Formats: sequence, C-alpha cells, structure tokens
Amino acid sequence: MTARPKAFDDSLTKTRRSFFGRIAGLFRQEKITEETWDELEMLLLQADVGTKTTIRVMDALRQQVKANTPPEQAQEMLKAELLAILKPVQRAYLPGSRLLHVIFVVGVNGSGKTTSIAKLAKYHKSRGQTVLLAAADTFRAAAIDQIKIWGERVGVDVVAHQPGADPGAVVYDAIGAAQARHADVLIIDTAGRLQTKYNLMQELRKLRGVAQKQVHLAPHETLLVLDATTGQNGLSQAKAFAEAVQVTGVVLAKLDSSSKGGIVFAIADEYKLPVLFVATGEKLDDWAEFDPQAFVDSLFENRE
Amino acid sequence: MFDSLSDKLQEVFRKLSGKGRLSEQDVNEAMREVRMALLEADVNYKVVKDFTARVRERAIGSDVMQSLTPAQMVIKIVNEELVATLGEAVHLDLSGPPPAVIMLVGLQGSGKTTMAAKLALYLRRSGERPLLVAADVYRPAAVAQLETLGKQIDVPVHNEGTLVAPPVICENALKRAHREGFSVVILDTAGRLQLDDRMMAELEQVKRVTQPREALLIVDAMTGQEAVAVAEEFNKRVALTGLILTKVDGDARGGAALSIRAVTGVPIKFMGIGEKVSDLEVFYPDRLASRILGMGDVLTLIEKAETSISEEQARKMEQKLRKASFTFEDLIEQLHAVKKMGSLNDIIGMIPGMQQFSKQLPEEETDKALQVSEAIVNSMTREERRNPKVINASRRRRIAKGSGTSVQQVNQLLRQFTEMQSMMKQMQGKKGRNLLSMFR
Repeated sequence: MTARPKAFDDSLTKTRRSFFGRIAGLFRQEKITEETWDELEMLLLQADVGTKTTIRVMDALRQQVKANTPPEQAQEMLKAELLAILKPVQRAYLPGSRLLHVIFVVGVNGSGKTTSIAKLAKYHKSRGQTVLLAAADTFRAAAIDQIKIWGERVGVDVVAHQPGADPGAVVYDAIGAAQARHADVLIIDTAGRLQTKYNLMQELRKLRGVAQKQVHLAPHETLLVLDATTGQNGLSQAKAFAEAVQVTGVVLAKLDSSSKGGIVFAIADEYKLPVLFVATGEKLDDWAEFDPQAFVDSLFENRE
Repeated sequence: MFDSLSDKLQEVFRKLSGKGRLSEQDVNEAMREVRMALLEADVNYKVVKDFTARVRERAIGSDVMQSLTPAQMVIKIVNEELVATLGEAVHLDLSGPPPAVIMLVGLQGSGKTTMAAKLALYLRRSGERPLLVAADVYRPAAVAQLETLGKQIDVPVHNEGTLVAPPVICENALKRAHREGFSVVILDTAGRLQLDDRMMAELEQVKRVTQPREALLIVDAMTGQEAVAVAEEFNKRVALTGLILTKVDGDARGGAALSIRAVTGVPIKFMGIGEKVSDLEVFYPDRLASRILGMGDVLTLIEKAETSISEEQARKMEQKLRKASFTFEDLIEQLHAVKKMGSLNDIIGMIPGMQQFSKQLPEEETDKALQVSEAIVNSMTREERRNPKVINASRRRRIAKGSGTSVQQVNQLLRQFTEMQSMMKQMQGKKGRNLLSMFR
C-alpha cells in the first residue's frame, strides 16, 4: 500500500476496529446468508452512510454476489463499490500555480473551521509558502481572538478588524495585504452559519464576490468543513453551501472521534464533492490529505 | 424544524388514506417509510427498529376507531409512541441550598459556550442570580468568548485565565458564589471527545468538587448515529441529568434527541434555536412529537407570544382591533413584539399548515420589509401616526426623505395600512386570510 500520513492512519484505527472491522469479520464467515446482508445494511446505516447510498451499494453488491461467491471475494466487491463512489470525484488540491491562492473556509457553527484553518496554514507553511489569514468571522464572540491565537501558534499573520465589522471589508483588506506582501496563500475564516439562514448565505456569496473582483478566478478553493459526527444533515449542508458559494471540496474534521465519517460516501455520491483533507486531532499536525484508496483499504484492513 | 420528517410521514399516510381498512400489508408499507424517514432523521438504527416494531404491533393489533380513518389511526399511534419515547417534560432542578451548580458538557463545537450564556439569561429572567464560569482553558479564546457573552447579557463571569486547572477554577467559583450570593453557577467546560480518558477524568473531578445538581449534555441537532455512543459514555462518567439540543433552527431533523432519550433515559430539557442569547426554548415532548408529525407547534408559538407581548398589551390590542382604532403607533408596537418573537419565518413555521409557506419566504425579504416599514413610521410625526389621514403629498416627501425610502414606498405602506384597518374590521367575524401581505 502507498505510504500515507500517520495521523490519518491512526485516526482510522478506531473506526476500523469498531465498524468496518465488523464488516471484515462478517466476510470471514463461511457463507453469505440473508443475515449477512441485514448486518451489512445495518453497519452501513450506523456509519451515517445514509439510506439512499446504503441501498445503492447494497443493490449493486447483491447483483454481483452469487450464491457460490466466496465471502472474501464479496468483500473485495464491496470495497470496489465504496471506492467507486469516492474515486471519480477525487482531484488534487489547488491544482496549477498562481501568484496568490485565495481559499475560503465555510461551514456550519461548531464544525471546526478555525482549528482546520490553523492546520491548513501549517500545512502550507511547511511547504515553504507564505500564508496570511483573514479573520472574516466578525460575528461570533471572540472568534477574532481565537484565530489570532492560532496565527501566533502557527507563526502566520492575521488580518483582522473589530468585532462586528463588515466581513466584506476584512476580505478586501486581506487580499490587499496578501498582494502587497506577495503572500502565496490567503485563507479566509468565515463565520459559522446554518445553511438554512438565507441572509447569512447571501452574505457568504457577497464575500466571494469581493474576492472575485480582486483576484483572477478567486476563490481558488472553497472548503466546506464538515464535522465527522454529522449525520444526514451533512447532505443538506453540502447542497446548500455548494449552491451558494460553489464549494470545491470537503474537509472532514474531528475524525479522531469514534464517528465513522460515512457521510463522505453520501456526499460524494449525491453532490460529487471530493474530500480534500481530514483533520484528526487537536494538534496542529493532525491533518492529512485525503486518499480515497487508502481510506477504503484501511477500513477493511485486518489488524488483529 | 422537523419539516422533512413530517413531510415524509404525511406522504406515507397519504398513500394509506386512499384505502378503506388497515391491512397488515398497509401497515408494513407505512412502517417501511417510517423507518426510512426516521433513519434519515438520524434516529439511531436500533431505536428505529424498536420504535417501528412497537408501532407496527399496535397498528395491526388494534381496531380502527370509528371516528378515524385508518391513516389517522396510524398517525395517532405513531404520535403516541413518539411522545412516549421522548418522555415527560422535566424542568431544571435548582432545589436545595444555593448555589445550584449546572455543569454543561459535550463534544467540541456542540454549542456549550453559547448555551451557557442562553441559560444564564433564561435563569436571570426567571429571578435567579447566575454566575458563569469559564472552565474551558483549552480552546483558544473560549474564555474571551464567554466574557463577551457575559457582558452582552450583564451576567458576571468567573474567569481565572487559562493556566489554572478547570476543577480548581470551578471550586473557586463555587466559593465565590457562596460569598457573593449567587443562586446558580453555570460551568462552561471544554468540549471533549467521550473516548479521551484523561479529559473525561477531569470532568469527573469537576463533578466531585462541585456536586452539580444538573449535569447537562449539549448535543448538536445535526449529530448522526454516533450520538448514542457519546451520550452513553458521558452518562457513565458524570451521570447526566438532562440533554440540551442545539442548532435546532437549522434543517437538521434532530433524531439524535430521540435516540439519546430512548437509549439513556436522560430527559431533554431545552432546545437552542438561534445565535442570539435569547434563542432558547423549553423542550416539550408532546410539542416536538406533533411537530414531527407536521402538526405545527402552536403551543410554542403561543408561549413565545406571551413572553414577547404582555397580557395587558394584548388586551389593549384586541380592543383596538375591535374598534378599528388601530394606528401606526400600534403597528410599531406590534412590529417590535414580532421581532422579539424571532424571525417571521420561524413564527410562520410554527403555524399548522404554514410550514411550506415559510420555506417560500426568503428571510431577508420579510425581515427587510419589516425594517423599511419601521423606518417609515419612525419618520412620521406623532400626529401623523395617530391620524394618517393628514399625510398629504408634502408630508409624504418629507417622510420618504427622513426614512431614506421613496415616496412610492411610503404610499405603499399607507395603502397597506388602510387595507389592514379595513381587514381588521372584517376579521371580527372571520379568520384573517392574508395576514402576511401586511408586511410586503
């Protein structure tokens, strides 16, 4: 198997043991029975894969699996089915080179945006790039303080206004500052918002417009940060944010929890959005590029 | 709020209602849909299984009451089982010698800090003297966040920075509360993963030194299947006394609350319904169940109106409506009352049969229209407000200028106001048909 970041691997261990470990166990049985199918369906549903995607995967698998199919082979088929959902939508993060990359980070309240931004900043910095952060969450109490603290820890500058200031002005100034300093990457932290709040989604659209006017083809990435414990509402989030601000990829945050992250399959399946990163812990290094092959492979790895 | 689930169930029962009697096959089909809907609402798989089994058994076994259609009968059973699963409404226990300690716990990002402020405001309004305690020393600026919120609602915050261990901070806060006569102490603890043994041990220690009367788990309404595992572990470590569901103002169906209640038996106490510190709702299982079934939440609406509009105000308004002596001053008063109740969409969403309507109205449009109306009325003289008939062309120009609107907009409001007055006269016998057009 290809080498993959340790953090990513570690974070998956729990998931693997608790959930997909059981699937692997299922397929070690002698024969595939009706009970196996039920159990499989239950396990997918309990991983937040969602009813629609679960039914789709199950139907596809049932068509391929014959009465005499060995369980190990059925396991390979299931892997292939799951991978077939993730792989077609996968792509490289920030393709191409340009003077300044503008990255928007959006998501619902409490999904883990600010922490993810700190980790993303560290990721870029360790690649020798100059990073600037924009504190465009001027709404939530102490959000600006929070990103400033992270900025200090990572060692990158933060462009910020006063609490309650117009986030559009923050974005405008931050782009100006990034250009003046010849920064390579500008990461914009936006206020958390529920996807059903019309006004707030419009505001996000406006922020995007501000960036578009100043930098060619900006924003170059719009990342939706998704809490890995999120259930089916993740689909609604992906849909609404994609419609409002053309999300280009998902960051799966808090995958260190015992949560399964199964919503990733549903989102890729229904909205064709790739997962670009997984955030796995509270340390700045707990951050890894998402690798669908490794993700699915490791889910089935037998570690005992 | 729980619209999608209610839509789904309604769809199921529409299919059923076409038939004369409730056969086993009908029930099975309904249960398949109920099961799917509940799963999509993030209700835990096992809870769904038990729930549908119970409903199925009752539906097939029971006679359809004469006054009901088979579909109504199934709705009735589903509703009753939902209410039973959600359990009794339980209020905060602040009994015993003060100060009563309330400990808030939960995963990262579930909304503890915001909820701490909301609870503090709620308790202060009900006559308590709350003290907020900044016990999250880990998340950057969590202390600053609580300080800011505390200032907003004018509730003192006990803050010892981020270098003191949380159990020590909480112990000190308790001493301070004794000394300074606070009646309730709200501990805002750091978000933590239920599998993080070190952090969970810290929580146990906080519990030991403060002996909280309430240990409330804060759960994001968007949580998936994992909710049960989270709740079980927190319950095991700190013996939860209640559950608060946050971010219920989104379109998450909040099945997590149903699961946690079913599996742990911990009662649900509040719901967080917005980012403003006043956006807190007491939880009532029967209301939630009827909301799940798409019957609206009239009771919640009534309670909201009660806290926003005083009885006296309401009585006066009613008299005015009867006499049709409704003036612009009354309109402003009403607009303020409506604003206090939340966004217009939230309110409409609670009225039975109006949920779909609320989806069609962009929040921006309604709220903006309210703002414009208010600006126009604010630019009128007292006389003009009481007697709009005196508003001639020159006055209209002045009002438009003063309110930053156009004469057309002023005209529009005046016209709507006249319509409103005449409508109110008509309303004395009938029900209002087009109340919303007033604000357009």
